Amino acid sequence: MRVELTEVRWLDQHHKLSLADLSGLSGLTEAELLELVDYGIFVPVDPKAAERTFRADCLVLARTASRLRRDFDLDIQGLALALTLLERIHELEAQLSDLRARVPGRLT
Amino acid sequence: MKYKDYYRIFGIDRNASAAEIKAAYRSLARKYHPDVSKEPDAEEKFKEISEAYQTLKDPQKRAAYDQLGRYQSGQEFKPPPDWQKQYGDVPFSFDDIDLSDLFSDLRGGRQRDGQRNRNVPIPGQDYEANVHITLEEAYFGAEVELDLNMPEYDANGMPRRMPHAFKTRIPKGATDGQRLRVPGKGGKGFNGGPSGDLYLNIVLRPHALYRPSGYDLYLDLPLAPWEAVLGASVKVPTLGGLVRLKIPEGTSAGQHLRLPKRGLPNPHGGQGDLFAIVQIVVPSVISERERQLYKQLAGGSAFNPRGHFDQEVHHAS
Repeated sequence: MRVELTEVRWLDQHHKLSLADLSGLSGLTEAELLELVDYGIFVPVDPKAAERTFRADCLVLARTASRLRRDFDLDIQGLALALTLLERIHELEAQLSDLRARVPGRLT
Repeated sequence: MKYKDYYRIFGIDRNASAAEIKAAYRSLARKYHPDVSKEPDAEEKFKEISEAYQTLKDPQKRAAYDQLGRYQSGQEFKPPPDWQKQYGDVPFSFDDIDLSDLFSDLRGGRQRDGQRNRNVPIPGQDYEANVHITLEEAYFGAEVELDLNMPEYDANGMPRRMPHAFKTRIPKGATDGQRLRVPGKGGKGFNGGPSGDLYLNIVLRPHALYRPSGYDLYLDLPLAPWEAVLGASVKVPTLGGLVRLKIPEGTSAGQHLRLPKRGLPNPHGGQGDLFAIVQIVVPSVISERERQLYKQLAGGSAFNPRGHFDQEVHHAS
């Protein structure tokens, strides 16, 4: 079996994606993405710029959005609501994880 | 090829109506969709549910499925000879094909000539995988080998699950939940279609000493009572090696002592901190001499650790 070494790309706030890239990689159309921008789900790096770019970590949420839309037949409004609630859950989980890290464990 | 009982997955009768199939799918999808479910086997379950629905919701695919016959789940089987004739006119082996791949390739009740149109490029599928790494691997970076069973097409355009081994470099500073994209390492495309991408989700394994929070790390630091009172210089393990930490006089339990830039490296510059959380521990067995010394200390000390209790009681009364 051939084993090759491959390089990875970060999906984080330090890397950017164009609207076309975000659409091509997530499976959502550009029109769907722009509707979700209107709902505040995705925020372009510079909202006033003519050419919209997004933080690369938006791709994680965009792929989730694409799956939810496909698997639950969601309209954009329902999708925006589901994504808002999911993001809220992720924020709370991150806070919980942070608090857990700060709580001393039991010494044996 | 192994048989999967799609009706059983949905818990419905073989002659269930389209509405019943839809209702069963909706109920199970809500419970097991991996983007919303916390069930431990959600991903695997949803894959099954989705596969069953893709076939049963399409009347022609459902008819083709029903004509395969009835077998036990997991039982090896081959479609009847006339089935192959009806739904696909190019002979191919059913041995290493998955039932879902067979049905994903049926369009409108008829296989696409058994072969994909040679002129239409078909992009490969994206693939997602969790990569479990240790904190040490996150600190130093690591090469991890991934063995994935990817969906791809053979020379005739028939879907197959092919094992793929990759060695991927996980850069240092990948924290829990970090997503990485490996372009072109998903399922292979067909007819010159681009390959899909591989998405990696980093999962940090629990560590015996450190608890990560972003790029910061938390470590419990046990101190003897006299070290906390008198101050001390203690060796503290960090991911970069042992360091000496000065414990100030009068350190209390629960205090966070910060060791700057001893946490995880931030791949875009800088480094998180290590916080040592003081815990004052006492020996469970002490010698007679120690007992005498503690008694001497108790008799000679004016320290009242519960002074604020008295104040609160005073205010309340």
